[in-house]
Amino acid sequence: MSDFEQAFALALRLLFSFDPALIEIVALSLKVSLSALFLAGLIGLPFGAAVAVTRFPGRGGVIILLNAMMGLPPVVIGLLVYMLLSRAGPLGVLGLLYTPAAMIIAQTILIAPIIAALTWQVVESLEGEYSELFRSMRVPFHRRVPTLLFDARFSLMTVMLAGFGRAVAEVGAVMIVGGNIDHLTRVMTTAIALETAKGDLAQALALGFVLVLIAITVNGAVIVIRQAARRRAYA
Amino acid sequence: MRIPATFIAALSLFALTAGGAAAQEKSLLVQSTTSTANSGLYDYLLPIFEKKTGIKVNIVAVGTGQAIKNASNCDGDVLLVHARPAEEKFVAEGFGIERRDVMYNDFIIVGPAGDPAGVSGMKDVEAALAKIAAANAPFVSRGDDSGTDKKEKALWKAADVDVKSASGSWYRESGSGMGATLNTAVGMGAYTLSDRATWLSFANKGDFDIVVEGDDDLFNQYGVIRVDPAHCPSVKQAEGAAFMDWLLSPEGQAAIAGFTVGGKQLFFPNARP
Amino acid sequence: MRSHEAAVLPIEARGLRYKAGGRALIGPLDLTISQGGITALMGPNGAGKSLLLRLLHGLIRPTAGTISFSGRAAGDGAPRQALVFQKPVLLRRSVAANISFARSLAGGGEHVDDILAEAGLTAQARQPARLLSGGEQQRLALARAMALRPQLLFLDEPTASLDPPATLLMEDMIAGIAQRGIKIVLVTHDVGQARRLADDIAFMHQGRIVEHGPAGTLIEAAETKEAQAFFAHRLVL
Ligand SMILES: Nc1ncnc2c1ncn2[C@@H]1O[C@H](COP(=O)(O)OP(=O)(O)OP(=O)(O)O)[C@@H](O)[C@H]1O
Ligand SMILES: [Mg+2]
Repeated sequence: MSDFEQAFALALRLLFSFDPALIEIVALSLKVSLSALFLAGLIGLPFGAAVAVTRFPGRGGVIILLNAMMGLPPVVIGLLVYMLLSRAGPLGVLGLLYTPAAMIIAQTILIAPIIAALTWQVVESLEGEYSELFRSMRVPFHRRVPTLLFDARFSLMTVMLAGFGRAVAEVGAVMIVGGNIDHLTRVMTTAIALETAKGDLAQALALGFVLVLIAITVNGAVIVIRQAARRRAYA
Repeated sequence: MRIPATFIAALSLFALTAGGAAAQEKSLLVQSTTSTANSGLYDYLLPIFEKKTGIKVNIVAVGTGQAIKNASNCDGDVLLVHARPAEEKFVAEGFGIERRDVMYNDFIIVGPAGDPAGVSGMKDVEAALAKIAAANAPFVSRGDDSGTDKKEKALWKAADVDVKSASGSWYRESGSGMGATLNTAVGMGAYTLSDRATWLSFANKGDFDIVVEGDDDLFNQYGVIRVDPAHCPSVKQAEGAAFMDWLLSPEGQAAIAGFTVGGKQLFFPNARP
Repeated sequence: MRSHEAAVLPIEARGLRYKAGGRALIGPLDLTISQGGITALMGPNGAGKSLLLRLLHGLIRPTAGTISFSGRAAGDGAPRQALVFQKPVLLRRSVAANISFARSLAGGGEHVDDILAEAGLTAQARQPARLLSGGEQQRLALARAMALRPQLLFLDEPTASLDPPATLLMEDMIAGIAQRGIKIVLVTHDVGQARRLADDIAFMHQGRIVEHGPAGTLIEAAETKEAQAFFAHRLVL
């Protein structure tokens, strides 16, 4: 059997045996990446929308910066967070390095710019549609951002999915700040890296298949929710 | 409308519970070289120690160079690595309390079945390396400042081969861990230096085998050091001491000797009482 | 009955000009509306009617000239006013949510259900606003404008794409609004509609008001040849 077939069979066996070790790392992966997504959404959605509706000097610079930060390699963010959270770093006293919290922080920093930049694009186009109406209805600024975010919610679900995809798939940042500690900070991607380092390519690939399956499930769930909600709320 | 609300509620729940999972029980953090982790030694040792003491041991497995760097940033309580000069420097600079030998094994050179440099069976590692260089046979180096990397660089120096100038041609630096480097070497049919433990437990050997072993110069000593609380007040002193003492105790040493992969012992305890 | 007139009237534009893309699109234009009820703004396509409404509503700034309401310059002392666009822009929400959004901006007022009932949209309340028919969309846009509790209402061809029954329904709504003492400025091409609804007519041609007077007088006996030509070719009597 080739590594590929073996990996596929192994992935199925891992899944259907409900391997507790696998469940543990899948759960942690989801917990870390969904938490990061939640926090990044809390930051990125209003920030992106605010950039879309306001005109201020340096706005172009902010947009360029956001777009550039979308391409930052996770390792760089991992290093940055490591240096912040290390005992020798400015936030060392918090003792967060090598905990899931550190991983959430790193992934939040990783995907917040992505969510902000994509939100900016989505909201800017909706704002083009709404701006005259807003001015005509004398909608105050503090109401515009929430209104646009709410009315763009279906497109923003896709934005959030993009953020989630990047978070759950990255290994560079969580490896450095989480340390890939068994039963504490080991997630899907760091486990894959570890199995690869052990030369157990079939096991690594099997975990990769499981990761893809999770991604498909999450994406599928969101699309179903989105369509159901959209049918009810908006055309 | 209602669905995003529940979605957000679920996410907040995740966010709230996420931080809480970390260390509530007694635990310590070991900055370790990768070979001890990847070979499965910790998976064997730690349950024994945890059962005896109730202390959970968390392992961060990185190259020796990075492990030492992390520990000197106080991001660890115990250091377990294999690069004696760097370890002694760590202690001398006041980061560690004392350095103790804990166990050893040896380095080996592995290569493809075809053995393009014809070094198979050689005992003298420097001579073998010189032959590989002379044949321009591909050699993959860790190139990551790990214990193995430091050792390899020292061997090339002793063999009087200037690898720097060959870097990129037959001498290829992968800049990654032992496992990744072995994967690379197998992938390109190149020789590489590995510690025996990682090699024996490595699953992607292909047609590779050990070609050089048994030279005294290939001795690989692992050392253990407690991070100095005078330098790092956050260090978990009691737990760190308990773990180090246990490793060096007759019981811990016996446990190390008891760890085998495929019937072969990987690490040989040699702590001086 | 004419409760809001003091805050709104007279509506005055003095020396109003608007330039865009190097073209003088409006003006110089002078207009005084001192009467309550419904003023119809009429004129051929491209005369500048929509632009004038936008200027009066403050959506665009005049290149020159002033606008005032009840003697106060537009901007600071402007009355509560609302505008219904020629092509209504509805929020991507349900019909009811479109109304409640406007209602929340006004800080209260009539209940959403009552507003929907007046617009004949009770059955569609939970539907996505953008799935409504053209006529329903126009009614929703008007109902939403009313939820802002305006003292002054600008309507830009609210019945342009409606069938006769829908037009009548809309005209009933508009007449009802005027009866509540809300001043209405209505752009229309429909002479019959102007006759049915308007108290006075301001006639526009090439960015200027060329004639302004009581509705009957203008339709039957316009003085300027531009207005005469327009009403001579009227389609509806
Ligand atoms: N932003 C703009 N830039 C340049 N020209 C414009 C702009 N807005 C309107 N115009 C021009 O100004 C003129 C008046 O436009 P307006 O929309 O006010 O016409 P109208 O009287 O409402 O016509 P209709 O009966 O067709 O609705 C038109 O020729 C139009 O092309
Ligand atoms: Mg128009």
